[in-house]
Amino acid sequence: MSKLSIFTKGFLKENPTFVLLLGLCPTLATTTTALNGVGMGLATLFVLVLSNIVISAIAPVVPDKVHIPVYIVVIATFVTILQFLMQAYTPGMYKSLGLFIPLIVVNCIVLGRAEAFASKNGILDSALDGLGIGLGFTVSLMVLGLVRELLGSGSVFGWKLFSGDGILVFVMAPGAFLVLGYLMVLFNKLAKKE
Amino acid sequence: MVCCLGAVCLVCAALLGGVYVLTEDAIVQTNAALLRESVGSVLPAGGTLSEALPLEVGGTPSEYYVSTADGAPAGYAVKSTVSGFGGPLVLMVGLTPEGKVYGTSVLSHAETPGLGAKCTSDAAFIDQFKGFDPAVSRLAVRKDGGDVDAITASTITSRAYALAIANAVAAFQNIKGE
Amino acid sequence: MEFLLIIISAIFVNNIMLAQFLGTCPFIGVSGRLSTATGMSGAVCFVITLSTLVTYLINKYLLVPFGLTFLQTIAFILVIAALVQMVEIVLKKISPSLYQALGIFLPLITTNCAVLGVALNVVTKEFTFGGGPAHMLGLGEAVVYAFATSLGYGLAMVLFAGLREHLDLNDVPKPFRGVPIALVTVGILAMAFMGFSGIV
Repeated sequence: MSKLSIFTKGFLKENPTFVLLLGLCPTLATTTTALNGVGMGLATLFVLVLSNIVISAIAPVVPDKVHIPVYIVVIATFVTILQFLMQAYTPGMYKSLGLFIPLIVVNCIVLGRAEAFASKNGILDSALDGLGIGLGFTVSLMVLGLVRELLGSGSVFGWKLFSGDGILVFVMAPGAFLVLGYLMVLFNKLAKKE
Repeated sequence: MVCCLGAVCLVCAALLGGVYVLTEDAIVQTNAALLRESVGSVLPAGGTLSEALPLEVGGTPSEYYVSTADGAPAGYAVKSTVSGFGGPLVLMVGLTPEGKVYGTSVLSHAETPGLGAKCTSDAAFIDQFKGFDPAVSRLAVRKDGGDVDAITASTITSRAYALAIANAVAAFQNIKGE
Repeated sequence: MEFLLIIISAIFVNNIMLAQFLGTCPFIGVSGRLSTATGMSGAVCFVITLSTLVTYLINKYLLVPFGLTFLQTIAFILVIAALVQMVEIVLKKISPSLYQALGIFLPLITTNCAVLGVALNVVTKEFTFGGGPAHMLGLGEAVVYAFATSLGYGLAMVLFAGLREHLDLNDVPKPFRGVPIALVTVGILAMAFMGFSGIV
């Protein structure tokens, strides 16, 4: 597989949200606005790239029986480092993403990539894979956030497009499921045509 | 096998300890700056702020800050926590030495986005408390016979907001009475 | 009275799945049949209650006194992983029939974010119930909260599995088949649960 295709597969062919259906909890919970979606996506990207690099480096020497616990510890370490950094430098974003930052530990995308890709490939390829999947995840979250913010509060990235309240249900829990469901339908329809 | 897992745990714990020490200062400073900002936004500008002082607000332990200008207290900021619609609603309430409300700011909340969460952004709602005199008007929503205009469709949040201010005012009377 | 409020709040008002989005992946994954949904709910119930009890004690008597709260995430996930393994071994020994029913779901639970989510929630967040003062949960409250939350998860899962079994028999447009129609259905179910908001 070429370096380019390792990087780009995360956007369409192996899009974590719409094709692999991984990491749905943060996808649904943090996309009340486009900005929160991007924040969550980038936070996951940070952990994904670093854990992919470290895991691809240590995978050859880790005994098979304990490889899952070791990967979880590595991932949890990077998540905690991310928590410190966000608390120190982006406290607003840390507050609005809340519980879902520590929960990156159990995001199936991160452990899934470690198991399926990083443990079998070189450091550079793993880094590219993490970057591609992470950006694919970020873009999906941004799209979902954009739609929900536009319908729910009538704004885009905080810029008010029309006055009034919008359809509040889209900012609340049911809207998350509905918008994701319909975006998936759209994705299926378009992907079939290609 | 166990050694390997143990070694990874040790390395990671050591790494975390290191990063923790490095970022601890920055985190403390950021939190302190945020707190100063929220206290500053509810008090008259230009005073010297005291450290956090303990105070019981609404039956639970909380804290308050005094701002001093020219040797006399210029304002008091009282932290007040009440139960909102979706969870705890924490306010910083600024009071003048005469007991009038100077300003309010929400420290944290769990209200419904687009409805109760407007208590952080709805200017008409927030501004009505600026200069609110509890001795003249009643700190309760109009539905309960008070003088506070509630946020549309968010009576419970508005009620909680008014209660948080009322608790802060009552606690302030206790400090003044001493 | 307070325990009753905690239970109603955790099951209906702040349903962990329909209002807080925790544990969505296994929710969509195993809710295809009613029998697997009940099995998974039972296993989740067991693990959430037990792990919350253990992590609460570890946090209170180990992490907090030694100033190690920054290790919360990493310590909790290891405890949960170890606990799940242990439950599996013990269950196999003492109750093979229960192991048959819940066993295959146990390995999946380590990465169910509902478990870690509840464990972190009870030690970091303040709660209010029925207009009472905001406070951190005590041990008894934490365990009751965890148990009720997992019951809420089970309720949502079983309700949804029932709906999905009926969906299978219907003629769903092609792009909607599978997960998309499931998501739309959960959305409507979540709307129904919104009716509970504000009652406690």
